[in-house]
Order: sequence, then structure tokens, then C-alpha cells
Amino acid sequence: MNEPHLTDAPALDPAAAEAPAAAEPLEPPAAAPPAAIPPAAAPSAAALPAAAPPAAAPPTDERARVERAAVEADAAVAPGLTGALAGKADAAEARGPGMAGWAVLGRLLGGGAGRNLGLIAALALICVIGLITAGDRFGSTDNTLTVLRLASVIGVVSVGMTFVIAGGGIDLSVGAIVALASVWSTTLATQNMARDSTFLVMVFVALAVGTVCGLVNGILVAYGRIVPFIATLAMLASARGLAEEISNRQTQVVRVQGFRDFFRAEPGGIPVLVIMFALVALVGWVVLNRTTFGRRTFAVGGNPEAARLAGINVRRQTLWLYTLLGFCCGIAAIMITARTTSGTSTHGLLYELDAIAAVVIGGTLLSGGRGTIVGTVLGVLIFTTVSNIFTLNNLTTSTQALAKGLIIVAAVLLQKRLARENTRM
Amino acid sequence: MGSVVDNDPALPNTSDPLLAVTGVVKTFPGVRALDGVDLDVRAGEVHCLLGQNGAGKSTLIKVLSGAHQPDAGAIHWRGEQVSLQTPTAATRLGIATMYQELDLVDGLSVADNIFLGHELARVGLSRRRAMDDAARALLTRLGHAEIPVNREVGHLSAAGKQVVSMARALSHDARLIIMDEPSAVLDADEVDNLFRLVGDLTVHGVAVVYISHRLAEIRRIGDRVTVLKDGRTVARGLPARTTSTDDVIRMMTGRAIEHAFPPRVGPAPDAPEVLRVSGLGRPREFHDVSFAVRAGEVVGLAGLVGSGRSEILETVYGARRAATGEVRVAGRRLRRGSVGAAVAAGVGLCPEERKSQALLPDEPVYRNITLATLTRFAAGPFTRDGRESAAASQQAGALDIRPAGVARPVRTLSGGNQQKVVLARWLLRDCQVLLLDEPTRGVDVGARDEIYALVRRLARSGVAVVLVSSEVPEVIGLADRVLVVAAGRVVHEAAATDISESQVLDLVMEEGRVA
Ligand SMILES: Nc1ncnc2c1ncn2[C@@H]1O[C@H](COP(=O)(O)OP(=O)(O)OP(=O)(O)O)[C@@H](O)[C@H]1O
Ligand SMILES: [Mg+2]
Repeated sequence: MNEPHLTDAPALDPAAAEAPAAAEPLEPPAAAPPAAIPPAAAPSAAALPAAAPPAAAPPTDERARVERAAVEADAAVAPGLTGALAGKADAAEARGPGMAGWAVLGRLLGGGAGRNLGLIAALALICVIGLITAGDRFGSTDNTLTVLRLASVIGVVSVGMTFVIAGGGIDLSVGAIVALASVWSTTLATQNMARDSTFLVMVFVALAVGTVCGLVNGILVAYGRIVPFIATLAMLASARGLAEEISNRQTQVVRVQGFRDFFRAEPGGIPVLVIMFALVALVGWVVLNRTTFGRRTFAVGGNPEAARLAGINVRRQTLWLYTLLGFCCGIAAIMITARTTSGTSTHGLLYELDAIAAVVIGGTLLSGGRGTIVGTVLGVLIFTTVSNIFTLNNLTTSTQALAKGLIIVAAVLLQKRLARENTRM
Repeated sequence: MGSVVDNDPALPNTSDPLLAVTGVVKTFPGVRALDGVDLDVRAGEVHCLLGQNGAGKSTLIKVLSGAHQPDAGAIHWRGEQVSLQTPTAATRLGIATMYQELDLVDGLSVADNIFLGHELARVGLSRRRAMDDAARALLTRLGHAEIPVNREVGHLSAAGKQVVSMARALSHDARLIIMDEPSAVLDADEVDNLFRLVGDLTVHGVAVVYISHRLAEIRRIGDRVTVLKDGRTVARGLPARTTSTDDVIRMMTGRAIEHAFPPRVGPAPDAPEVLRVSGLGRPREFHDVSFAVRAGEVVGLAGLVGSGRSEILETVYGARRAATGEVRVAGRRLRRGSVGAAVAAGVGLCPEERKSQALLPDEPVYRNITLATLTRFAAGPFTRDGRESAAASQQAGALDIRPAGVARPVRTLSGGNQQKVVLARWLLRDCQVLLLDEPTRGVDVGARDEIYALVRRLARSGVAVVLVSSEVPEVIGLADRVLVVAAGRVVHEAAATDISESQVLDLVMEEGRVA
């Protein structure tokens, strides 16, 4: 059911490429004076670069360890590359050296760490292409920060999406929820209240709106037993509609200075948005891989009946997953509102496609039961960087859409192959 | 490729074998599943393949059905060397396979499943009517005319699925039919049916390769026996009827196992009643089921496939919602249709179908074992994999799960070892009431005795056990009290010492068929 949706992506995608070209100019020139850096934020900024790499190569990830062990054992069986190829003569592999090569590549990339290395290599390659075609315009600190800022917003949504997909669901309404939350938190009433007290009012409203929308999705799917595709499709339509209704299709500019100051700050040269993304990804990684919540998520996605009979409350878990994603959409709404200093009902257009695509490219199984936050983060970075390079080279958004579509197809094909390798009993 | 030497010393070579396998090797990451297997099968014989859990039987079958490619070795079919690249290549030659793990598509109808991959079609249009008729004929031949061909397979019981899978194998009109533990979920009556069918096939010159852990069956239908141990053929082409069971077991396991049920202890006279089921019913499944189990007591449910045994267990557990009646654990009434309530009250269910109801195939063994006890090993919300895998290793060791490492994905284990993983999950949780649905399904002789001893040990420690098994001797040998279930009703209740296998079978037949 999800597959056609993904293959449709290239056709629907162009507007997703809106971000770098259209949205960036809205941004007033670097607003945050260094004096505005909250002192407490500085150390956390320093900690950021350190926080990201460990997430990229989780040494203690059990699954990765197991799979790596399997790959090593494989290699040990037959010495040398050709030997290894012969040793793994499975049905697909025996059909010719080309196929065998594919399968070996697949198996290498299939291992947790191996797959992430593959994604990192892909990202590096894309960066090299960027440097060659756009030179300094691509490599400059400014541009890098722009890419990261863009990636941060969609990245937060994608981290939440990873949970829902690993838990066997899908959510098409994320973009609409982002729009609704951004609009609701920037209404005149909210902003007035925020100006009278604190900008945290806006933050709270955005988070609350996102969470409630996610909760509704969760109730519909888990207790109303509506197929996720349909339930969240309904949310997509109504949330965006409500956002248009509230904002009267007007762009609502953020006037609360505190909000601007806080979220547009760049402590230590690193935008707050990027720090937020890093934190969300880190927490997401811990929750997915190190907590009972994460374990139940995989169980519910991998075999709901088995999970139920093992005493896991499958419905409640499902409810939590959609609520969590809604909360992430609330965070993303704050971020996009800060980045563009406005709330509009057109925010987050086609985010669902970008987020699902990033999750899938990262290696999370669309059928559920498996998921990787690190992969998702890399998927988001790859996607955003490609868009950026296309924009820098003045290529049309249609070309961008086409390229994105090709990337998705390639990733899904690779994933299918891996899934087949892995499910062969 | 000319003729193949049949180097079977025991029986003179009358004709070329239908199938000859020599020196087949198959390795998986870290495991040498097949390490030089020889096998020859003649037309019209029933060739039994024996071996412990993980010996490589299913892997060999998958090589023969084209699902796996061997790393080395040769396969000759009617004297010609062949390479079976795909399952279709194997079926085209005339090899049909019933896999150990059912591979039916739940969402498709019975008829669609039977003809999956070789639909009857004319100019590209599928001939639905013809397929339905053919499917009906096959099911009738299997003695199951009552299974509706348009029913979704997902709605059938495990045994019903087994029958459909059998019909699918028959639909190929094959020269060789491979059956990987077909009797594991079948009751005595069904097994008779199966054997009649096998006899029918062999008379027409079809060869059957038959895998089972029930050694008595081998004597009944087998012609010759090949024994695998650790991926090697340790004995080939032995006469099935004259080789003693002890010899076979020794060849399989390398040791002697005295095959007897451990002594019965029974509950203490003053043991409290732990589980009380009264008036439980679900429309079209079972009616007015009442029984009680005391601490330390083992109660067995005997009955035909489809008599409602599994449904009763699942309803007690709350996995199905009771329409009438109630379940009390230690006097407290359980909320209807709530697994959570049952689990919280200390009830555990080891379900009938491990693949669809119990296992997370891609997760490592230890995470499958600790699935029902996650919070016990966790520190607050955080899991502690080290403690989990230590506890799981201990259980795995007690049940002799092989290979030993608990970090490998559970799907890479053999069927019997997967079953032990499911059992280990519930042993790890200290249940007050343990519901066991076919706990020894597909488990080999050695491990089976181990499981029997375990059930007894649990009972002695005060657990109330309810046991469902298709093997009547197992129910009688292990339980303290036996309930005979037929057509959704408890028709008889007796102390296990007061009832014999034939009495149970008679009861089941009478009541079951009349209703
Ligand atoms: N896909 C796989 N990947 C890795 N190892 C595997 C795979 N399939 C089987 N094995 C291993 O190969 C060995 C033989 O397994 P197989 O399923 O053939 O055993 P079996 O004789 O059928 O046992 P059982 O009686 O329990 O069904 C086992 O050790 C198993 O763990
Ligand atoms: Mg097997």
C-alpha cells in the first residue's frame, strides 16, 4: 500500500523543492547578534559536533553488531573476494557475477554499520559533486549552514516518522500538522499573549497543536482501526484546511522579539535550529535503541500478533507512536516559523513525501519492524544537499524533483533486495 | 549423464533411483547447515528423513525444491544431473514441496493458494470456476471436503492450513512429494488420513520424502530411512520397518534416550485452585466450557483438530473475546478480551503457530525470549541487553537451543529450535498459569523429553498448566487430568490414569462426528 505512494513521489514532488529557492530569501539577513547568545547555550553548542558522530556509528548497537558478526563470519568461510562470492551462492547470486556482486554489495550495505557507511559515502560523493559544480558557493560556511537549517526542520519530522514506520504505520499528515501548528502559534491572539508574558506561549501552542493532531491520528488508527493511510490522509486534508481557515491564507509575521532572538540565535556559529535537530535525533536514537518503548515499537511493527500475545498493548503503543510524531511536527513548526519568521498554511507542503523518502533511504523497512535513526538523519542530509546543489546550479525545480524521484527509486530497489536477502528462511 | 551408482549395500539395486543427492554442502553465515549429504529416493517409496533439530533436514529440502542453491555436491534426477535454480525449475521437473513453515498467503482464498504460481488460465484469463472445482476435488481427496474453497486462508486453523498446503503440493501432479513435518499439527485421525493419501500416491509410483520427529510414524509408513546428524548423512537407505527405534535415536543423537514420561507427582491435596473457567463460549467455536486447575496440576485438552482446543486456550488468555462465561485467576475475575489483564494476573500462552503468533523473525534470539519480560530486565525505561542476553542464554541452554549464540536472528534457527525459543519466553516469565498449545510441535526426541521434564518441574513448583496437544499419548502421559473436547464441547473428564488412548480416540470420534 505504501509502495505506490512512494513511486508516485517524483510526479508530486516539485513543490517540495520549494524550500531553498523560495523560502530562503524570506530570511532577513543574519539577525542574531553575538550578544544575544544565551550563555547556557554555548557549551551545548560545543558539545554538538561531538554528539553527532557517535550517533553515526553506534558501536554498541546490538543489531549492527550481530549483522557485522554475520558478515565477518561470511568472509571467514571463504577466503578472498572470489571465494566469498562463491561461498554465498544463493538463488539470486548464482545467476551471474553481476548479480552476485549486487548481492554482496547488498549484504554489506544491509548490515547496520555497513549501510550507514554506504550512506555516508553517498553523501560524500554528493558533496564532491557539489564542490565541482558550484565550487565555493557550495562549500562556503554560509551555504553549509543554510543546508543544515533546511535539513533540521524536515529532519525533526523524519525522526518522528522513523518511529511510526518502524512501528508498522505511516503518516501522511505531517506537513499539514506543521502548517497548522505554525499558523496557530502565530495568530494575533497567541502573539499578543506571548508579547505580554513570554515567547514560550508560542512554543507551547505549537507543541500542543502538533501533539493533539498526532493523538487524533493515533486514536483513529489504534482504536478506530482505520488504515493509517486513510486516517492520516483525512488529517492531511483537514489540518491544512483548518490552517487556511485560521490564517485566512495570509502570512502571519512573527513580531515577538523573544521568539526571534531565541530560535534565530547562532551560539558558537551553530544555528539553534541545528542544535535542536541534533538533540531530537540523539533522543530519538536513545529511545528507539535503548528503551523498552523502542523495543516494543519494533515488536509491534515486526509482528503485531506476536507482540499482542506476548502481552504488549499494541494499540496503546500505536497511539503513542503517532502522538510522538505529532509532537515532533510541533517542534518542526516552531523551527520553520523561526526560520521564515512567519506562520502560513503553506508551510510544510509535501513534507510527508520528503520525510518518508528520507526514512526509506536511511534503511528503515516500510513494512515495519526495523528502523534506524542514523540512517534517517543521513537520508535527510542527502536529500537536502541534493536540492541545494541543484538550486546553486540554477537547475529547475522540475529537474530537482526528477533527481529526487530517482534517488527514492534506487533506494527502494536496494531495500527490496535487502529485504529479500534477509527474509529468505 | 548416464546412470548413477546406487551404493546402497543393504538392498540390491533394482532400478535407477528417482533422485540421487551426493555430497551436498550448504553454508550460511557462521553455520555449516549441510556438510556432505547423500540421499537416494526411488519411485514409489516413502523415504523418511530423520535427524535432530538443526540437523539440516529442512535445508536439504530447500535445496531440493530450488529455494536454496548448494555450495557443492550434485543432484541427479532420473539419472540426469540437474541444477535446481528456482522453485519453478523444481516443480517443472516434478518435485513438489510442503514446507515446514507454512508459506500460504493469508489474504487469498483457499483455491487461490492451492493454485498460486500455476493458476489455471485460458488466453490470460484465470478460470476461476475450474480452479474452484479442482481445489474442491483435491480437498475431498484429502478428506476435507468441508473446507470452503473461497474461504480466506487466514481464517483457517493451523491444521486447516496444513491441509491446504498439502492440497497445493498435490495440485502439481508431481513425481516426488517432499513433506517437511506435515504431521506436527495433525491429530491421530488426520494422520491416518495423511497416511492413506501417501499410500495412494506411492501405489501410483509417486515417491514421498517424509520428515517427522514422531518416530512411531516412520515404522507405519516408511520404506527406507536416511539419518542426518550435524549436516551429514550418518546412515542411508536403512529399512524402515526392521531398524529399531533405539538404533535410530542413537544414530540421530549419538546417545541413548529412554523415551518415557517423567513420573507424575500431581498437585498437593490442599493445593488451591488457581484457574477457574466457567461457562466460557464463543459462537461457532465452543460452548459452555468449564474447568478448574489447581496449583501444581497439569490439565490436558485432547481432541480433534478444529474441535476448539486452541480457541479455548486463546479465549482464556483474552486473545479472543469470550461471548459468554468468565475466567478467574486466583479468585479474581479477568476482564474479557484483554491479554493485558491475563498477563498481569500471571497467565502465559505459548501459542500454536510460532511463525505468525510468536516470533519476531529478524530480531535476535534473546530479544525474542525476553519479549514478555522486557520490563524485568530494564532499568526504568532503559533496556539492558547484557542482562537480557544472559538470562536468555541460560534458558536457551536449559532447552538446548542450537546453535548456542543468542545474538543471531531467530529466523536462522531450525523449526524445532524456534519452537524452543517460544517456550523459553514463557519459562522466563514466572507464570501462575501456563497455557501450552502444542509445546512440542516439531521438537526432536531428545528435546521433547527435556520439555516434558520441564513441564513437570514447573508443576511441582506450583504452576497450573493447561496443555493442548495433537498427540494423545502426550496428553495422557503428561497431564494429571484429561478433558476430551469434541465439536466445541467438553465431552469427558477423567484422571489421566483412568483413561487410555483408545478411549480418548473413541470419544473424540463419536462425539465429534455426530455433532
Ligand atoms: N537462513 C539461514 N541462515 C543461517 N542459518 C540457517 C538458515 N537456515 C538454517 N540455518 C541453520 O542451519 C542448520 C540446519 O537447519 P534446518 O532448518 O535444516 O534444520 P532441521 O533439520 O530442519 O531442524 P528441525 O527439525 O528443527 O526443523 C541450523 O543450525 C540452522 O540454524
Ligand atoms: Mg526443519
